[in-house]
Amino acid sequence: MPKRLTQWTLTLLLALGAVAMFFPFLWTFITSVTSGAGLSAAPTLIPDDPSWRAYSTLFSATNFGRAVVNSVGLAAVITIAQVVTSSLAAFAFSRFDFPGKRAAFATYLATMMIPMQVLLVPLFTQMKDLGLVNNYFGVVLPSLASAFGVFLMRQAMASVPKELDEAAMLDGAGYVRTFATIVMPNLKPAIATFGVFAFMSSWNAFLWPLVILRDDSLKTLPLALSSLQGQFTTQWDVMMAGSVVSILPMLALYIFAQKYIIQGVAGTGIK
Amino acid sequence: MTNIATSRASQAVRRRRLRTTVIAYLFLAPSAIPLVAFVIAPMVRAAWISLHEWNLITPMRWVGFDNYAFLITDADTRLAFAHTLGYVAGVLPLTFAGGLALALGLNRTFKGRALLRGVYFLPVVTSWIAVAIVWRWLLNPSVGVINQALGAVGIDGPGWWADPQWSLVSIILASAWKDLGYVMVLLLAGLQTIPLDVQEAATLDGATSWRRLRHITLPLLSPQLFFVVVISLINGFQVFDQVYAMTGGGPAGSSEVVVQRIYDLTFRYGEAGTASALSMILFAVILIITLVQIKGERKWVHYA
Repeated sequence: MPKRLTQWTLTLLLALGAVAMFFPFLWTFITSVTSGAGLSAAPTLIPDDPSWRAYSTLFSATNFGRAVVNSVGLAAVITIAQVVTSSLAAFAFSRFDFPGKRAAFATYLATMMIPMQVLLVPLFTQMKDLGLVNNYFGVVLPSLASAFGVFLMRQAMASVPKELDEAAMLDGAGYVRTFATIVMPNLKPAIATFGVFAFMSSWNAFLWPLVILRDDSLKTLPLALSSLQGQFTTQWDVMMAGSVVSILPMLALYIFAQKYIIQGVAGTGIK
Repeated sequence: MTNIATSRASQAVRRRRLRTTVIAYLFLAPSAIPLVAFVIAPMVRAAWISLHEWNLITPMRWVGFDNYAFLITDADTRLAFAHTLGYVAGVLPLTFAGGLALALGLNRTFKGRALLRGVYFLPVVTSWIAVAIVWRWLLNPSVGVINQALGAVGIDGPGWWADPQWSLVSIILASAWKDLGYVMVLLLAGLQTIPLDVQEAATLDGATSWRRLRHITLPLLSPQLFFVVVISLINGFQVFDQVYAMTGGGPAGSSEVVVQRIYDLTFRYGEAGTASALSMILFAVILIITLVQIKGERKWVHYA
């Protein structure tokens, strides 16, 4: 078979596969605009009577709108905190030599291996003792730092030449100024990559917010989405509307930051 | 005789070293303090709690290793591990083979390649909850589009998430759909580091595509393949979100996985001690599996 033909067939297969991959998204949207979906029969590809009714039900009968705001706020705070703390630590690891450096680095490494489930019970009781259950601080505090972020930023910092630091410090800049005005501005791609990753992780987080946040008004998007199932058990149009609202922000972020997201994912696999 | 100049100099050096050490630790503090307080300390505490019986309200009661003894012989726990293993055995081959095929297919430059790659990766950025709910709808036994499509060709679709025999399969399908793009991107990145001239040299030597794949591409890709397997196993054993949202471990406990059991033990049955013990066991299992793989890395992985 001529090479051209096999290439074409391959591309066609991939395109068909992509359509299949995308279909669940499409179907979710179609269902969300099909009034009364699921109660009588399955929706058709082009709905007879499309309406935004499910969305208005969603936002009027639940706290979904509030949940969006909650998710945005939490994700923003956590992202900023993680970028800042990780960069500060990365600065220490890449610019300094100090006793205990290797042990400290190994400890950061070790924390990455501890799974969330092991920490579930003790962290919960810790937050309870601090009076932070059902409180945003209970969600934010454990997420202030990210060992993964430290590694990523340290890696990136290694390619910022130390000579730049030294030049700045010869001119009288202190460590903090050198960090803020010399090193960090050169790390914009790494900050973007890790920032997007941290934002996505926080946005999609489920188990820990599930355990900590009890009030409906505090719930984040995944929690609110999960509750929809109890409230609208057979009203699939409303549930699909909720899914669309949950997915859309990440979709938008993905379209804008695709380069950074994929870079971040690919970077974790390359030594 | 000590030279006063050198002893003064070495004093200054020592003071400067102390100063930089302090400054370094100050830079570490904002991340180190939360990590110690909210990861390391709780880890130690979890080990401590696992040796007690506790309902989170009344004081703990020491039981030594009783929780562990119970869990090892408990049928429900064994079942949870079996389900978790079943989940991993289902998702790993699907995402591995699928991701590899996609990565190989997308490894040449052609028009629309970025778009295709983008579409395949899209499910990765969604939350597990959204994926679970969407697939609950797709796999709805009566009005879901998949059973409707099967019905159109004369096949009586199964009960999917409502059927104890199919509940795990439903979760596997949804999870594979979400993770496929992640594996694809990882492997694609690895493929793109394989120099073209190596592949071309093989073609010139008369090697067919298949042989090229087996003897050149795959070995050169083995670091990434290895990474995918390690990460997939670690994540697979910790599966929770989509199980909770899609089936809640049901129907009739047919899809209960280990982390779901930990959650239920803690918040439904008030058995925080047992839950902690189970989480320790899970952690140990994951650790052992990972270490075994790392040991085998030397044998399986070729570094260029």
